Amino acid sequence: MTMTSQPTVLKPGRPWEPTAKERGQKLLNFLISLALSVVLLFTTGLNGKLGWVIAFFISFLSVTFIAEYRRAGRPAAQDSILTSISRFAIFLAIIPIVSILLTVISKGWRGLHWGLFTQDMAEATVNDPIQNGGMLAAITGTTIMVGIALIISLPISLLTALYLTEIKGKFARPVRFLVQAMSGVPSIVAGLFILSSIVYPLTGQRNGLMGGMALAILMIPTVARTAEEVLLLIPNDLREAGLALGATQWRTVAMVVVPAVKSGLITAIILGVARVIGETAPIILVSGGGEANNLNPVSGPMGSIPYYVWKSFLLGGTEESTQRTWAGLLVLLVWVLLLFTIARYISSRSQKR
Amino acid sequence: MTDNNEVGRDESVQTPGEKKEMKTETTPHSLADVASSRAAKVPGTAPLGSGLEARGVHAWFGAKHVLKDVTLDFAAGTVTALIGPSGCGKSTFLRTLNRMHEFIPTAALAGEVLLGGKDIYASGTDVTKIRLRVGMVFQKPNPFPSMTIGQNVLSGLKLAQLKVSNTDDLLEECLTRAGLWDEAKDRLNEHASALSGGQQQRLCIARSLAVRPEVLLMDEPCSALDPGSTFRIEQTISELSQTMTIVIVTHNMQQAARVSDYSAFMLSDGGPGELIEVAPTNELFSRPRDKRTEDYVTGRFG
Repeated sequence: MTMTSQPTVLKPGRPWEPTAKERGQKLLNFLISLALSVVLLFTTGLNGKLGWVIAFFISFLSVTFIAEYRRAGRPAAQDSILTSISRFAIFLAIIPIVSILLTVISKGWRGLHWGLFTQDMAEATVNDPIQNGGMLAAITGTTIMVGIALIISLPISLLTALYLTEIKGKFARPVRFLVQAMSGVPSIVAGLFILSSIVYPLTGQRNGLMGGMALAILMIPTVARTAEEVLLLIPNDLREAGLALGATQWRTVAMVVVPAVKSGLITAIILGVARVIGETAPIILVSGGGEANNLNPVSGPMGSIPYYVWKSFLLGGTEESTQRTWAGLLVLLVWVLLLFTIARYISSRSQKR
Repeated sequence: MTDNNEVGRDESVQTPGEKKEMKTETTPHSLADVASSRAAKVPGTAPLGSGLEARGVHAWFGAKHVLKDVTLDFAAGTVTALIGPSGCGKSTFLRTLNRMHEFIPTAALAGEVLLGGKDIYASGTDVTKIRLRVGMVFQKPNPFPSMTIGQNVLSGLKLAQLKVSNTDDLLEECLTRAGLWDEAKDRLNEHASALSGGQQQRLCIARSLAVRPEVLLMDEPCSALDPGSTFRIEQTISELSQTMTIVIVTHNMQQAARVSDYSAFMLSDGGPGELIEVAPTNELFSRPRDKRTEDYVTGRFG
């Protein structure tokens, strides 16, 4: 036999992907289990939306198991069971998140208006028409207090992380334990701590600085732990390379280690901000909860977005106050989501490099 | 030379003239051949650099004694290979020579290491100065990821806070000596991760050279590299040995035979690693005095 010189056309394919027939089979499985779930709904005691989800879960598992068993035997069938269960788990985990997002957006957007960002609540009550008053005091207050928290907690938490990973001193183990324990401290405890240790005995005044300090206490463990984790990812080789070039330890840290994890540290900071930005309890306790726009953190009460939401809900009862609550939540949610998106973007950009 | 070259060579018809040409093209088979084809450098003839002397060095990690009583001279301007099976303490010993040993938290040490006649472990010694004089190249290429190629080469100056009047010249000189200039001269502003593994390792060598060390320690510098890159680095080592003292740990006995003037064989019999034998490389590979050395270099164990 001679080779015919017929030109073969090279076509890039994906032979490992399921064929049309297999995909059809999967769709069929899905439809059968859908039908089965409806049958179950009418024949058993299950009812309602939740009942239907359970019925569908059971019938989908059994149908997939039988189909896979017939196609490829027992191990494949067991495999398909685990795959299906984990898919359901994802589904269940996403429901509340999506539900919260949709609810806040759908109820909050009607309360949005420009005045929200230019007016405060000094001369308006929560039950006034929505056009009266706004969140200006809340937004500036949150910004200032989170800024104060950043200024206080950044040096402390980053140096703590460096102590844990670079110096590895005698106290590294207890410090690590304390930092982990601190991240579980209820936020109201941080507020009470500031209240009882600074506000009552020393200043006697609730203001933005106190709020910032309470937030700093909550922020330190989050930032320190995240920063420690990213610093631990740096291979020891790099530190040794720096030291072997005749550098002191801190010069190695400053010129080699920290630049190598810069984006990770920025992510740590953003996560810390996102952690405290929505804190309500400590703020209500120590910042005084101002209605008027107050840019001075050491004098007079200061508002914040969570406080605005809390108060609108608590003192309200009218259509307007409910709308205010949802609008406040929407602003807060968008802010936090924005921070997380920035964090994701920075860390994904550094992974590409 | 002719005697040794006959051994293990294909017995094709060759005139003496052809034989010489063959030498550059084919790899001789026995280690003794390779080793003897280098003229061993006589100590003291090298123009530059100070020697390094280890005097009764012991090392521990926690309670584990890993290195026992190693006394070894590294004469100025020579290349010394440390060979031996894994776990015999070669790398640990190497790291005692520029005080990188103490970077490991549980490490302990006894003995002296003399650099230019002074003990580097003497109290009051500035460890950063020691590491400036005794540079190190690691097993895995470890260029600084946040810096460009050019910044990597010059990073030692910044890290050690040294002032140099003309960094451009230094950059070119170091990259040339490390054998990377031609490949890297148009890419100095690229990140180091854009280089191949072999190029990264040569970049690390260039980085070590920029602070002008007198001694260069190399911890299996080619073990992560392909034969081509290994060859380039061995060339680099030969060129560097004109001006500095080099100590290289290697698992590749061919490499030890190719690049070193002296070879030291270390071994651990389950306890701490010990120095078994040190000799000019051609002697160690052709006429080892110790039975254990002979077994190792002929491949009977290890």
